[in-house]
Amino acid sequence: MPISENRLSEIKSLASAAKDKKAALGPDVDLERFKEFAKRDRVESLSSLKSQTMEAAIMSGMDIKEDVRSGSFVQLNHSVIYESLNEKYKDQLQIMSTDDAVEKFDFIEDYFWRIVKPDQDKYTAAVALNPSHGYFMRVFPNQHVEYPLQACLLVDENNISQNVHNIIIVEEGASLNVITGCSLSKNDAEGIHLGISEFYVKKGGSLTFTMIHNWADNFDVRPRTGIHLEEDAKFVNNYILMKPVKSIQSAPNVYLTGKNAAAQFNNVIYGLKDSYIDLGSKMYLDAPNTRAESIARTIAADQSVIYSRGDMIAKTKEVCMAHLDCRGIVFSKEATMYAIPALVSEGSIRAHLSHEASIGPISQEQVEYLMSRGINKDDAVSLITTGFLNLNIPYIPTFIDNKIKDIINATAKDAL
Amino acid sequence: MLKLYVYKFYLRSNDMQEMLQVVDLWVSVEGKQVLKGVDFSMGYGDVYVLFGPNGAGKTSFMMSLMGFPKYKVDQGKIFFKGEDVTNKDVYERAKMGIGLSFQRPPTVGGVSLERLINLLGKSNGISEEEIDVILDNLKIKEHIKRSINDGFSGGEMKRSEILQLMLQKPEFVLIDEPESGVDMENIALVGHAINHLLGKDKVRSPKRGALIITHTGYILDFVNADKGYIFINGRVICSGNPRDMLNEIKRNGYKGCQVCQ
Repeated sequence: MPISENRLSEIKSLASAAKDKKAALGPDVDLERFKEFAKRDRVESLSSLKSQTMEAAIMSGMDIKEDVRSGSFVQLNHSVIYESLNEKYKDQLQIMSTDDAVEKFDFIEDYFWRIVKPDQDKYTAAVALNPSHGYFMRVFPNQHVEYPLQACLLVDENNISQNVHNIIIVEEGASLNVITGCSLSKNDAEGIHLGISEFYVKKGGSLTFTMIHNWADNFDVRPRTGIHLEEDAKFVNNYILMKPVKSIQSAPNVYLTGKNAAAQFNNVIYGLKDSYIDLGSKMYLDAPNTRAESIARTIAADQSVIYSRGDMIAKTKEVCMAHLDCRGIVFSKEATMYAIPALVSEGSIRAHLSHEASIGPISQEQVEYLMSRGINKDDAVSLITTGFLNLNIPYIPTFIDNKIKDIINATAKDAL
Repeated sequence: MLKLYVYKFYLRSNDMQEMLQVVDLWVSVEGKQVLKGVDFSMGYGDVYVLFGPNGAGKTSFMMSLMGFPKYKVDQGKIFFKGEDVTNKDVYERAKMGIGLSFQRPPTVGGVSLERLINLLGKSNGISEEEIDVILDNLKIKEHIKRSINDGFSGGEMKRSEILQLMLQKPEFVLIDEPESGVDMENIALVGHAINHLLGKDKVRSPKRGALIITHTGYILDFVNADKGYIFINGRVICSGNPRDMLNEIKRNGYKGCQVCQ
């Protein structure tokens, strides 16, 4: 095994010490409830997925035909059931299970539990002690892959804890677009998804990462993510949550360590039913001329509770810039929304940090403007709400766009 | 009451020749009286201009005709094509054939002008080819990917408004200060576009009625208005030849109108 015994032992030891450590944010989840193990068989192609599983995959942005994808990875419960890499791109990138990558590559030790700590809380500890795959993606130096890689992490069993560890490495001067989805194909399943993600974008590299979450009423989710950006590296993170979830709490740490590194987060969050949603990001600007932007569009419907956070932490003594744009609409009298932007300058005398945070209703003036064009009130509200959530995220299939419109139509009626 | 009775009698005797009839209209905005008994009428295809100093109530009159809820009708009636529309909402009035070009339209973030164009084109049976011609004529093609009115210049805003009205195909258009914030080159473009919208540039085009608010009167170089009205202190106080009125206003301001009042 390429990872040294010493390092593995260190990780296990840190994790063991933290296995009961509660997270700083989000309701505490009793992991003892989710001990089932669910193995699933491999499939030959994405089109041979069971219909319910396929539907869940599609709703997470998967292209079943793989026409406009360079490779795919699908995990169901605790099994990797599908991996593929288009022959055309085999000299440009790699995609496989993280377990396989750990077996195969000597260099992996440098990327394994480095920017997410195993002892951060009980959830990271659980993954370190009982990992179940996750994906590994690596694009070779100076390679620009034509189509995105896609990955889907699915659950179709009750009472499981899906503990994945994902690693993406974008080598120097390379660029990669990744679309990932996490989804339940059993709507009433109780369980938890624990996802460790460590992304490394090297000098001059670029990573665009889009994640679509489709969970359900009884499912808890605790992703823990770290992103490391070298000089001139660019990272764009798009996140979409449009279905109910019992609870989700996540705040990726982005370390901008090389000069001119840039990061952008776009979050589109629609709180439904009694979802508890606590999402944000922490960006550490630790090199000259680093730039960070975080944009969030949130809607709280039904009885949902949403915390929309964003922390910009300037550490460099040179010029750096960061901006937070956090806007929300509360659709329901029973919903709650918190917008919590934070700007921190640790002796960064040349840092420019700013934010705009707002929570307000749909603009009556805009609705009436569209109505004066002969558009009825419901359609006007739907159009404006869709526009509010529209962050021009590429590669989002039309049907997901349509699904967003359906949800808006179903929940926006009480908005005015 | 007497005025309403008289109007009903008038309707019967005139077989509903008027497209728009406003009877003793009193309107308030957040408790402030902005219209104080407006009596006004227009026939089908008539083009009238409204003059008046700032704060006289011209825009409030237009917004009340369009049915914006902020403009609360305290008294009086609005009839459009013979139907009482006083209690109809903005959408219903738009569907009946009233359109409005805003002086300062709101920005609708995230909704591209293109999306609105497609929506209006589809619902009003306008082909893509026709839309293309309209976009070319209004020289607005390069802006349609942008959010509605987001960062539009004065001229772009007016062209976008006229574009939307062309796709909406109303029978009667309200145009609030088509020249405001527009440079001379764009005034000509907007002026010709309004003329086209009203069907005045072609003999066989269906004629649309219009009520236009103007301060400068530049629009009169492009649009042949039938009549001018002066609005002061929430009321219409006189009417006449629009060019003569404009010349008088340019010479003496609205001082003379105070006398009429």
